[in-house]
Amino acid sequence: MNNSVAKEKIVSLRKKRSLEDMRFKYYGFTAMCLSLVVLVFLLYTIFSKGYTAFQKTIVLLEVDYNQEVLKLTPDSSDEEMEKGKFFRVKKQAIENFFPDLSKSDIKLVKKLFSINVDNEIKDYFLDNPEVINTKQQIWVTAHSDVDQLLKGNSRRDVPEDRRKLNDIQLSYVDQLVEENRVKQVFNNFFFTKADSRHPEIAGVAGSFMGSLFTLFTVFILSFPIAIGASVYLEEFAPKNRITELIEVNISNLAAVPSIVFGLLGLGVLLNVFGLPRSTPLVGGSVLALMTLPTIIIACRASLKAVPPSIKEGALAVGATKTQAVFHHVVPLALPGTLTGTIIGLAQALGETAPLIMIGMIAFIPNIPTGLTEPSAALPVQIYLWVESAERGFQEKSAAAIMVILIFLFMMNAIAVFLRNRFERKW
Amino acid sequence: MFFWSLVLIAVGIFSSFIYGRSRIKLNSKKQGTKSKSLPNYYAQYVLMWCLFPALIVYFSWAIFQEQIIQNIVISNFEFIEGAAYNEGLLIAEIRNVANNPSFAEGKSIEIINAASHYSSLRQISQISFYTSIIIIMLLGALYASQKLKPEFHAQHTIERYIQYILIFCSSVAIFTTIGIVFSLIFESLRFFAEVSIFEFLFSTEWYPFIPIREGQTAAEGSFGAVPIFAGTFLVMVVAMCVAAPLGLLTAIYLAEYASQRVRKIVKPLLEILAGIPTIVYGFFAFVSVAPFVKAFGQSIGIDASPTSALAAGMVMGVMIIPFISSLSDDVINSVPQSLREGSFGIGANKAETIKKVILPAALPGIVGAFLLAISRAIGETMIVVVAAGTAPNLTGNPFENVTTVTVQIVVALIGDQEFDNPRTLSAFALGLVLFVITLFLNIIALQIVKRYRERYE
Repeated sequence: MNNSVAKEKIVSLRKKRSLEDMRFKYYGFTAMCLSLVVLVFLLYTIFSKGYTAFQKTIVLLEVDYNQEVLKLTPDSSDEEMEKGKFFRVKKQAIENFFPDLSKSDIKLVKKLFSINVDNEIKDYFLDNPEVINTKQQIWVTAHSDVDQLLKGNSRRDVPEDRRKLNDIQLSYVDQLVEENRVKQVFNNFFFTKADSRHPEIAGVAGSFMGSLFTLFTVFILSFPIAIGASVYLEEFAPKNRITELIEVNISNLAAVPSIVFGLLGLGVLLNVFGLPRSTPLVGGSVLALMTLPTIIIACRASLKAVPPSIKEGALAVGATKTQAVFHHVVPLALPGTLTGTIIGLAQALGETAPLIMIGMIAFIPNIPTGLTEPSAALPVQIYLWVESAERGFQEKSAAAIMVILIFLFMMNAIAVFLRNRFERKW
Repeated sequence: MFFWSLVLIAVGIFSSFIYGRSRIKLNSKKQGTKSKSLPNYYAQYVLMWCLFPALIVYFSWAIFQEQIIQNIVISNFEFIEGAAYNEGLLIAEIRNVANNPSFAEGKSIEIINAASHYSSLRQISQISFYTSIIIIMLLGALYASQKLKPEFHAQHTIERYIQYILIFCSSVAIFTTIGIVFSLIFESLRFFAEVSIFEFLFSTEWYPFIPIREGQTAAEGSFGAVPIFAGTFLVMVVAMCVAAPLGLLTAIYLAEYASQRVRKIVKPLLEILAGIPTIVYGFFAFVSVAPFVKAFGQSIGIDASPTSALAAGMVMGVMIIPFISSLSDDVINSVPQSLREGSFGIGANKAETIKKVILPAALPGIVGAFLLAISRAIGETMIVVVAAGTAPNLTGNPFENVTTVTVQIVVALIGDQEFDNPRTLSAFALGLVLFVITLFLNIIALQIVKRYRERYE
């Protein structure tokens, strides 16, 4: 009797305990899945918000390249053509865009077109000068408000005063859609133009080049210094207080917030040394100092991985220590150090705050061509677009994020490739 | 200009190398003895004496040229009495006119004179730059070539030089730290000369823009940073509430339960989460999480602002999850297997082993990981800049707009940076606080982790 009660108790206790075990395992599993779900949701958000930015809306516009209006003749020279009165042609084209437009209507129609239309009309003419005195049907870029409406990013059912386009403009757009005078094509501007105040002609080319120049500076500065530092600490440094101080320093620098490095750049590089503001040179220097600890730690690990027998072999046949290290150990550790450097560069690519501090947040509407020219950088460009009130910039920021993620992915793929291809297991 | 000088230096070092090599061969042939080191070492010796002086000249020119020219131009500028000048704007204007003659129209005669002065100085500077680089390289090569004798131990000298270079490389980290500390302290002292340190640390009013006291000209507004510290703390707490349980449980699952295959898939995915730039999290917080938090707040009757501590904190928590999970994973894995086996041996199941044996054993390491995560959350910038807002609210309500130390640093330094203005300087004081706190947390965390490692080694 007693025995069976005790048995029952034990069985129920065991059941409870194994249930507890199951539950605990389940908690862990849920936590892991939650983290991954957030990752998926994050990527989904970016993709769903951003994919529309790779398309732009264009409108068919009939342009009359009348020589009187242009103030050109069929045998004008190239310089004269550059100075042709294309804005007058554009004005005329817009006035005749729909039949019988009143003056106030023309103003409304004008707002359906991008500010870039002047240039497009001009470029078309410069490419085909024979069209003078003819009427041409040209596809030109639509205004961002039209673009957003047709992509479904801005809604038409909100009250008129909270919309960018009023009811008349909406009816124009609908008419265009009906007459097939509007379509969506690949947005080449996004990849060929720099930042702009107008979303429809804003692109990532400028900030992408800025990021490339910045990364180049980071690489030039941090790779040799990191290799030198790690070779010294790993192979030559005597065990004393100064070495210890350097090591503590490096591990602490690795955890200093990036924004503090920005303050360093502002306080020392800009204010004391007077280097040019907003340039990849300064941005790259700051990021190099910031990523240096990461790269040094990776380099030391790969130096450590080279077996001591190789160095000892070199020493045994009469090499000096410097020769043994630089002729044998460093070349063998090189793939590992390169991998570490690329991972450090990937970290530098995404860093925003220090670049804001040294002024790379300025509005730069052209593509930089050198290290000492003011330029933007991809993450700062994303920040500027996220903060922008204009609706058309939101899809641009998501698309720029895709660009930066692909860039990061490629860097990591190169790092993994290098590691798999060249790293030797001993 | 600097590109061509790099080419010049490259040509210089190449020819110096060739020269050194042929010279030592010639010398040893003349004397009929073999040189003590291989010819290449002598060549390297000449090269180093050519290269390093040239680099020093190059960098000092690159760094100081513009400043010196500007100072000369400004000190010779004919100021009109009574007119107010802003030095920075004046220099910008002069440079514009100098670089672009078409801007000269409509500018005053002083500016045009200064601009021509500026461009002539630049020209002088360029010419003297090239000549001094050439001269210094020749001098270096000359000095080195005197030592090119067969009995000279070139290799020993080269190896000593290499040591110096390596020592310089490793001291960059120390220079960086010194640079950080000095720039923060120096600018903070300028800030505290105008705003008392007690007001900064203990007052609860942060209005950096509006003069609120009468007759206040030096310091505009008030600089009590308590609301900022409180906001930072609130966001950090929210982030840790998300990251601590999720990160720790993930680590436990991966370390103790998951099969090798699951680990192999999940770990790289978590690394992706860790590698995503913070501005991307900021975008995510702004576009997806903040509207959700606002809607959620409204549904339970709380008036949530479009940017809130909750949205920023939650996303920051997600960002920290991989950080905590990988650190805790390491810690849990380094708990000796014998402890697990002992626990299983007396009949405990897995959950009991983890809760009663492994976690207590790993506790110091986990605490260290949490401290490192906290220091990261405090120093994180872009998520809060985008998603937490800029209003200094002293509140414990996570649905409200709060601001953090990093946000205020960014806000103070965006736009015009006038370094005689306490508003700009406040960024450095806040940066100093941030630096000290994160450094403190790191040192403690690293100590704890180190001691923990030693215990099980």
